[in-house]
Amino acid sequence: MKHIREALEQRILIIDGAMGTMIQQHQLTEAAFRGERFKNWALDVKGNNDLLSITQPQIITEIHKQYLNAGADIIETNTFSSTAIAQADYKMESLAHELNVAAVQCAREAVRQSGKEAWIAGAIGPLNKTLSLSPDVNNPGYRAVTFDQVVAAYYEQVSGLTEGGVDILLIETIFDTLNAKAAIYAIKKFYHDHPEMPQAEIMISGTITDASGRTLSGQTLEGFYVSVMHANPLSIGLNCALGAKEMRSHIEELSQIASCYVSAYPNAGLPNAMGEYDETPHETAHFLEEWAEKGFVNIVGGCCGTTPEHIKHIADSVRKLKPRPLPELEKGLI
Amino acid sequence: MSESAVIKPYLRLSGLESLVVRPESNFINIGERTNVTGSKKFARLVRENKYEEALSIARQQVENGAQMLDVNMDDAMLDGVTAMTTFLNLVQSEPDIAKIPIMIDSSKFAIIEAGLKCVQGKCIVNSISMKEGEEKFIREAEICKMFGAAVVVMAFDEKGQADTKERKIQICRKAYQILTEKVGYPPQDIIFDPNIFAIATGIEEHNNYAVDFIEATREIKRLMPLAKVSGGVSNVSFSFRGNDHVREAMHAVFLYHAIKAGLDMGIVNAGQLIVYDEIEPQLRQLCEDVVLNRNNDNNEATEKLIVFAETVKAKGKEVVKDDAWRKGTVEERLSYSLVNGITDFIDMDTEDARLKYPRPLDVIEGPLMDGMNVVGDLFGSGKMFLPQVVKSARVMKKSVAILTPYIEAEKTEVTDAPIILTATVKGDVHDIGKNIVGVVLGCNGYQVKDMGVMVPTDKLLDEAERCGAAMVGVSGLITPSLDEMVHVAHEMKRRGMTIPLLIGGATTSRIHTAVKIAPQYDNGVIHVADASKSVTVAGSLLNEKKEKFLEDIKTEYQKVRTDFENKKPVKKYISYEEAQANKVQINWEAYNTPAPTFTGTRTFENYDLNEIRQFIDWKPYFIAWELHGSFPQILTDETVGVEATKLYNDANALLDKVIAEKGLTAHGAIGFWPANAVASDTIRVKNGTAEIHLEYLRQQIKKAPGQPNLSLADFIAPVSTGIEDYIGAFTVTIEGIEKYIKKFEAEYDDYNKISIQALCDRLVESFAECLHQRVRKEFWGFAKDENLTKEDLIKERYQGIRPAPGYPACPDHLEKHKLFKLLGGKNTTHINLTDSLAMYPASSVCGWYFSHPRSQYFGIGKIKEDQFEDYVQRSRLTEEQLRLWLRPVLND
Repeated sequence: MKHIREALEQRILIIDGAMGTMIQQHQLTEAAFRGERFKNWALDVKGNNDLLSITQPQIITEIHKQYLNAGADIIETNTFSSTAIAQADYKMESLAHELNVAAVQCAREAVRQSGKEAWIAGAIGPLNKTLSLSPDVNNPGYRAVTFDQVVAAYYEQVSGLTEGGVDILLIETIFDTLNAKAAIYAIKKFYHDHPEMPQAEIMISGTITDASGRTLSGQTLEGFYVSVMHANPLSIGLNCALGAKEMRSHIEELSQIASCYVSAYPNAGLPNAMGEYDETPHETAHFLEEWAEKGFVNIVGGCCGTTPEHIKHIADSVRKLKPRPLPELEKGLI
Repeated sequence: MSESAVIKPYLRLSGLESLVVRPESNFINIGERTNVTGSKKFARLVRENKYEEALSIARQQVENGAQMLDVNMDDAMLDGVTAMTTFLNLVQSEPDIAKIPIMIDSSKFAIIEAGLKCVQGKCIVNSISMKEGEEKFIREAEICKMFGAAVVVMAFDEKGQADTKERKIQICRKAYQILTEKVGYPPQDIIFDPNIFAIATGIEEHNNYAVDFIEATREIKRLMPLAKVSGGVSNVSFSFRGNDHVREAMHAVFLYHAIKAGLDMGIVNAGQLIVYDEIEPQLRQLCEDVVLNRNNDNNEATEKLIVFAETVKAKGKEVVKDDAWRKGTVEERLSYSLVNGITDFIDMDTEDARLKYPRPLDVIEGPLMDGMNVVGDLFGSGKMFLPQVVKSARVMKKSVAILTPYIEAEKTEVTDAPIILTATVKGDVHDIGKNIVGVVLGCNGYQVKDMGVMVPTDKLLDEAERCGAAMVGVSGLITPSLDEMVHVAHEMKRRGMTIPLLIGGATTSRIHTAVKIAPQYDNGVIHVADASKSVTVAGSLLNEKKEKFLEDIKTEYQKVRTDFENKKPVKKYISYEEAQANKVQINWEAYNTPAPTFTGTRTFENYDLNEIRQFIDWKPYFIAWELHGSFPQILTDETVGVEATKLYNDANALLDKVIAEKGLTAHGAIGFWPANAVASDTIRVKNGTAEIHLEYLRQQIKKAPGQPNLSLADFIAPVSTGIEDYIGAFTVTIEGIEKYIKKFEAEYDDYNKISIQALCDRLVESFAECLHQRVRKEFWGFAKDENLTKEDLIKERYQGIRPAPGYPACPDHLEKHKLFKLLGGKNTTHINLTDSLAMYPASSVCGWYFSHPRSQYFGIGKIKEDQFEDYVQRSRLTEEQLRLWLRPVLND
C-alpha cells in the first residue's frame, strides 16, 4: 500500500463520518450490548459503544464498510472511549487493551472485505475527566485526575491500537489541550519503550466549542496549535462541536499557520432545538467543497450526525479538487 | 490562495493565547515576582497557604505587562512539588493570568516535571544544564521535549558556572550540539542563559561580568541564529539592593546594551521597568560606565556610582495599576468584580452593599444578579469564555456566603418552607447555573435540596416523593441531557406524580421543552431561562394562581410547537430548469422494458389472512406499544423481554381468533397500464382509449456533482424513445374492525382495542408487501427468480418501488383521485376516499408500482416557486387549491 504522505501530496483524503449515529440506527438493546460474554455484568452497558467491538463486531465492521464504500480513505476505529478512565463508568477498566485490539480488527476486516486501499486511524478520545479544569467551582485548584493517570490510560490504549496494527494514531475532539498533551506524551513514551515497533503517524484534531473561538479549556486556535505541535503530527485540524458553517473561519486560520497537513471533519450542522443534526449531505458537501476550492484542507470528513451519505457527497464534491500544498518551512529567520 | 504559505522557524509559546517571538519582538519581559527566591511577599503567601493572594501578585505582573510568568517554588521550607502543582493549577483557572505562557523555574527537575504536568500551553523550562554531566542533561531534555516545552540551558558544566565570554560560548555551543543532534530539539526551542552576575561589587574580577554576558550573547546569536538568549536581569544590580532607584537605572542601561547584542528575553519586575531615555543623565552615565566596565580602573566607576547612590533617596515607587474602578458605586464595583472574577475586594464591597440595601436578600437580587446577567450576556456573545464564567460564579458564591448568615437571621420559619428539589441529570456534571438557581431560591425563603450532579432519574424521583418536594428542577449543559430530561418527565408521568417539573441549563430551550418534554408530562413542565426567572416561576407555582399559570404555559407551549413544526431551514436550491436538466440518466435503448401479464385491473376479494400474516413486520407493532428494539431479539430483551413476549403472544392469539371467526376481510386491487413520460415530470397513462396524465414533482435542492435531482417520472421511458413502458397501481384494505372496537370499548378493554388497531395496521402493510411480491414475481413478472427473506423485504431490497401519493416522493395527495379512477373506484377497491383524501377503512394503503431497477424511494424536499407555477399549469387545478395541498413542500 502507498504511504499516506504520498497520497496526501496528490489529493484530498476523506475521513469517515460518525460512528455513534450509525450505531444508534441499529437500536441495540441492553442484551445486544452485553452479548453472551457480559450477560451477567453487574452494571448496565447499553451506551458503551466501544464494547460493541467485542460483542457485536459484525455491526462495527459493517459500519466501517459503509463508510469505505461511500469513499472514505481513512476510517476511525471504534475506540473513542476505550481507555481505563472512560471505561470506569461501566467498571470495564480491565477491558481497555482488548477493546482497542478488537476495534482495530473490525476496521481491518472491513478494509479487507471492501478490497479498497484505506488507512486505519486509531481514535483516541478526550476522556470524561479533564486535567485543566476543576469540577468543583469552590476549589479551582482541584483536579479529578492526575497527568500520570491520564498518561497511563492513553499508554494502554496506544499499546492496544498498535498491537492491532493501526496506520495512524488520531488524537481527536480535544477540548482540554493538557489531556491531548498527555496522549502525545504516552505515544512518545510507548515508542521510546518499544523501539522495534514501526511508528504510526499522528493526527491531531481539536475542538472549538463556542462563539468565543476557543477550546473549552480556554485556548485560542493558535494557542492550541502551538501547544501540540511537538507531536510532529501528520496533520492538525478541527472536529466536532461546530457545523461547517461555524468552523470555516477557524479552518481558514489553521490553513495559514499550520506547517503540516490540515484536516477538518465538522458536525452535520449545529444540533437543532431537539438535539438532532439535520444538515443534509448536500449542505455539508457544499461547505467542504468551498474549503477545498480555497485550498484550506487536505483531509475532510464528518463528525456527529454525519452518515455514509454525507461522506459520499463530500467525497464526490472534493474528488477533483487540489489539496492544500504544504507550506514552505524556512530555515532562517529573515 | 493555492500557492503554499511560508512558515518561519520562530520560537512559539503559548498560554491560553500564543506568543510568537519574532526578530521584531524586541524583548520579551518575564514577570519575576511569582518567585519565592526573589519575592519575600510571594514566599510568605505560599508558605501560609494564601494562594488567592499569591495569585493576585501574578495578576499584577500581567497587568503590568509581563508577557510570560516565571514561577519558582525553590524554598527549603516548602514542598516544592506540591506548591508548584497547587499554584499552577490555580493559575489555570485564572484566564487573565493563564493567557500568557509560563516559565517553570526550578533547580530541581522533579519540581519542573510537576509543573509541566499542570500546564496546557507550551512552557519554557528554566533550566537544565550539564552541571551534573551530559547523561542527566540528555535525559532531562528528552522529558522536556515530550512535553513540548522550550528549554533554558544554563551555561554551566561539571567545572562550574561559566563566567568569561569564552566559556559561556563554548558551553552553549556544546549544549546546542547535543540538543539538536542527539535529542532532536528544534533549535528555535533552545534558549541560553549565559549567566548574568552581579557587577559593581567592589571585587575587580566582577567588573567585566556584564560585558562578558553582552559579548557572549552577541556571539551565541551569530553562531546559532535560531536559538534565543535569556537572563535574570536583576542579578546585575544585586550589590545595590535596597536602592531601587539605582537598580532600575542599571537594569535599563544593561538591557539597552544586551538587547542590542541579541538578548531576546529576561526575567524582570514588569512593574519596575523604566525607559532608558528617561533616566537622569548623570545616573545614566554612571550606569553606562559600570555596565560596560569603562573608566573603571581601580573600581573608579563603581565608587562613583556608590557615592551617587547614597545621595539619592530610594523613592519607593507606587505600583501603577488601573484601579479607577474602585472609585465607582458599590453596584459598579460588584459588577466589575463579577465580570473580572476578582475576589480581592468582594468582602468589603458586599458589606458596603449590605449596609446600603434594606435587606441582605436585595443585594443578591439586585447588584449581584445584575452583574451575573452582564456575565451571561458576555458569555453568550462570545466575549467571555467558560473559565472566566466559572471564576465569576466563584465571586458570586463568596459574596452570597457573606450574606447568608444575615439572611438566616431574618428568616423565621425555615422548616415550613416548601422544598424545591434540584439535580443535574444523569450523564452530566455541569452545575454552575443550577447552583446559582439554588442560591437565589434559597435566598427567597425556599428550602432548596440539591442532589448534586449525575443524578439518575429514579434516585431523583424517589427523593422527591420521600421529602414531599413542591417541585423538581433538573439542569444540564450537554446535549444528551436533553434526552435525559425527556426521560425524567416520562417517568414522572409513569409514577403518577403531580408536582411541576422545572427545566434549566445552557442547552435547554423553551422550544425543546415545549416540543419534546412538556408533552411527556401533564402536571406542569416549565422552562426556566435563567436564575432570575426561577423565583417568579416558583412563586407562581405555589400560590392560588397555579392553575392559571400552568394553563397559560400550556397554551404558550402549544403555540411554540405549532411554530416549530412550520419552521423551514435554509438550504441551497437550483432553478426548476436546472433540476430538470439534472434528471436520472437511464440508457433506455439498452433496457428491455418488462411487459406485465395483463393490463387493466384485477381484484383480490377476501384474500387469505393466513398468507398475509406471514409478511408481518413486528417491529412497528412493538413501537406502537412504546417498546423499542429489533424483532425477534426484543422477545428476549433483559428489561422489556417478558412484556414483549406477552404482547406478542396476545397479538397472535387475537389474530388466530379473528381469522378463525372471519371477523376481518382483506381486499386488494392491482392494475397495469401502458405509460410513457411525455414531459420531464408528466407520465401519460393509456387506459383503453382514455389518457390520464400523472403529474410529479422534482427535487430542487442543489446536489453534489454526479448526483441527479430525482423525480418519479425519470423511471418511466420517455415517449421520445419510442419504447412501450408500463406503470402499475394498487390498493389494499382491511375491513371489519368496527365491531371489535365497539366490543372492546363496551368491555372497557383498552388493551385489546389498541391491539386490534395496531394489528390491522400491520395486516394492511403486510398485504401490500405480499401483493407487491406477487406483482414482481408473477403478475408483472420482472423478478421471477426473486428469493428474498422477510428481513430483505423489510429493508426494501427488491427491484422496483411502490410509492403512495401524499408520501415524500410524490407529496400531492390529489393524485389519489387518478389512482382510484384507474383501478375502478370504490367497487373494485372497497375503499372510500374522503374529501380530505383520507382512505376509509382506516387500515388502507395505496401506491404506484414502478419496475425499473434504478427506481428508488426518496423525498422531494422543498420546491421553489418556479416549479410550483409549472405544476399549477400542468395540473389544471387552481393555485389556491394546490397551495393548500402542497404547503408542506413549498419553500417560503
